[in-house]
Amino acid sequence: MTAIDPTAHLTAEQIEELGRELDAIRDEVIAGRGEKDAAYIRKVISAQRKLELVSRGVLLFSIFPPAWLIGTAGLSVAKIMDNMEIGHNILHGQWDWMRDPKIHSTTWEWDHVSPSEQWKHSHNELHHTYTNVIGKDNDLGYGIMRVDEDQRWHPFHLGQPLWNFINACFFEYGIAAYDLELGKNLHKRRRNNPEFRARAKAVGRKIRKQVLKDYVIHPLLSGPSFLPTLAATFTANLVRNIWSHSVIMCGHFPEGVQVFERRSIKGETRGQWYLRQMMGSANISGSRAMHFMTGNLSHQIEHHLFPDLPSNRYAEVAVKVRALFEKYELEYVTGPLPKQVFSAWRKVFRLSLPNRKPKVKTPDREQELVAA
Amino acid sequence: MTSAALRSRAWKLLEMVTTPLLPSDYLDLVSPLRAGADLRGRIEAVLPETDDAATVVIRPGRGWRGHTAGQYVRIGVDVDGVRLWRAYSITSPTHRQDGRVTITVKAIPDGKVSNHLVRRARPGTLIQLDQPTGDFVLPQAKPAKVLYLTAGSGITPVMGMLRDIELDDAVMVHCAPQPYDVIFRNELHDLVADKKLRLTEVHTDTDGMLDIGRLDELVPDWAERETWACGPAGLLDAAEEHWTEHGVRERLHTERFRPGIVVAGEGGEVTFSATGRTVDADGATPLLDVGEEAGVLMPSGCRMGICFGCVTPLKAGAVRDLRTGEITEAEPGVLIQTCVSAAAGPCDIER
Repeated sequence: MTAIDPTAHLTAEQIEELGRELDAIRDEVIAGRGEKDAAYIRKVISAQRKLELVSRGVLLFSIFPPAWLIGTAGLSVAKIMDNMEIGHNILHGQWDWMRDPKIHSTTWEWDHVSPSEQWKHSHNELHHTYTNVIGKDNDLGYGIMRVDEDQRWHPFHLGQPLWNFINACFFEYGIAAYDLELGKNLHKRRRNNPEFRARAKAVGRKIRKQVLKDYVIHPLLSGPSFLPTLAATFTANLVRNIWSHSVIMCGHFPEGVQVFERRSIKGETRGQWYLRQMMGSANISGSRAMHFMTGNLSHQIEHHLFPDLPSNRYAEVAVKVRALFEKYELEYVTGPLPKQVFSAWRKVFRLSLPNRKPKVKTPDREQELVAA
Repeated sequence: MTSAALRSRAWKLLEMVTTPLLPSDYLDLVSPLRAGADLRGRIEAVLPETDDAATVVIRPGRGWRGHTAGQYVRIGVDVDGVRLWRAYSITSPTHRQDGRVTITVKAIPDGKVSNHLVRRARPGTLIQLDQPTGDFVLPQAKPAKVLYLTAGSGITPVMGMLRDIELDDAVMVHCAPQPYDVIFRNELHDLVADKKLRLTEVHTDTDGMLDIGRLDELVPDWAERETWACGPAGLLDAAEEHWTEHGVRERLHTERFRPGIVVAGEGGEVTFSATGRTVDADGATPLLDVGEEAGVLMPSGCRMGICFGCVTPLKAGAVRDLRTGEITEAEPGVLIQTCVSAAAGPCDIER
């Protein structure tokens, strides 16, 4: 949390007006949802499946280096599409309105070791409701890192650049552990909690299936290409993990993003909730291809305001949202991917060390928090 | 090992290859109508019948089990991207050579699916199908004398029967506003010319509604006939009363297209059918709170409509989205977010 509150210039009425304006944007998109949107997600799903099929097919001959390269690249992209534009967004209920039981948040399962059910709880419910609230939103550093001055420093944080790097490489496992709240639940008292054990078992099952598919069955099917295929699927998973990790880091970690204290959300109004989402998220700028490959999480701000609007609509929503940022004189944190990734990593490094001087809260901020 | 066991092993192995998807997810890309797939159909033609009615020719998937004349089929059509299910009578004969089936749809005012099918559906579109069902059918043994009493699109199941089996003595009384509103008019007149049917058309715009008392003069031996009646509720209610009065109720077979029309209001009686609890709810309290208050175990999450952790099937009635005011009516497969939905009239929540 910065000492100076960047929303201090807004009156309570202005914040509620802002909320109404955002509601109007939301209503407009909902009223306009239709055939074109449905055709979009069906096309993306079908393209992803075809790409995966073809890539896996090519990898059967991955003993030949060009086949290895093409197959690995294709599979990496297919896995990214599955997790980002398809899985993440369907699991948010963005496509539930189509009433197609096959493209629905209650039935979808993704190519990821965390079962969708568990991910939906920790992501949709906890992270999206309590975005950037210290102590409530574990996405702030995933419980292994310190990403804001207001989080208490511990010698463990000295290693956080390394933890972050390892987390990036094995991101899907990191997410599974995170969804299980392993850190908290491995304590002696909680370990035997039947509910935790059932969830851990479900994760175990999912991991077994995923590992068996990528590292046993497909390599075996490749016969003489066993080892190259094994290397290819490992690489594709690695690429997907590092890519998703980078994109997701850009959502809330770059400089300029605000975090909030637990008591600041007590009795939060709809307008205040919207404002917190606006100040707690950051975008990535870039081409349409870039937005697509990030699963439109490049429009993280819009996604956090309207997590259940179809992802293909975020680009048009962004124009209107940005205009509101300007109208209310708020900072719209955005930038190209390399810049945002760098900014996030710099923070990870900087905060691995304790704060330089004890932080002093301005009286203004104190008062405001009490009022809220 | 038996071949069935072998096949199930092979399928298990395939599932390991495609996890977390299923082999069928990939097969559907190339062959959505194959045997073993979820039942679907492909629209092959849409043929206009009247100004507001059309016959939709459907090639059903391999899993189609066939129908009996007079039965209906539920179809799931994507209208403006939203899958909606409706039931339509099958109008094609039982064993059509080309394996296709037809339904004949009349566009009703504000009818989302009927207007879509009559005016916008294009050949090549996939639709979802259920197996045909319904007991509005002729008995195994052909009845000697039959009366068909129909109105409007109530003609459709009867047309399925007429095209399927030739009866020795069939009479039809059919009501429609104007001659050109009579669906299948040419075909009916051909049957009359071939002496396979005696037909009385009642044109309600000029003749007024059919007075059931007039039946004596239109079909003097109506009470001796096995009767199949299909049309608006008013006609069927009158018929049931008339047949009962004359002590021949068992000879009347009726088919109602729209059993209940949901009237959306403010609040209402909410039934949690799995728990067996019923409580009164106002139009402003989220159903999640209503359920919890009533001691029903409700799944919950963010409580503000963003996490989709509370979605629950709506089995009957209607609910209102508290954010947008949008009404959602119960249909098979419809799930609602209980944290941002309130009762809009009586409804049934599967909890």
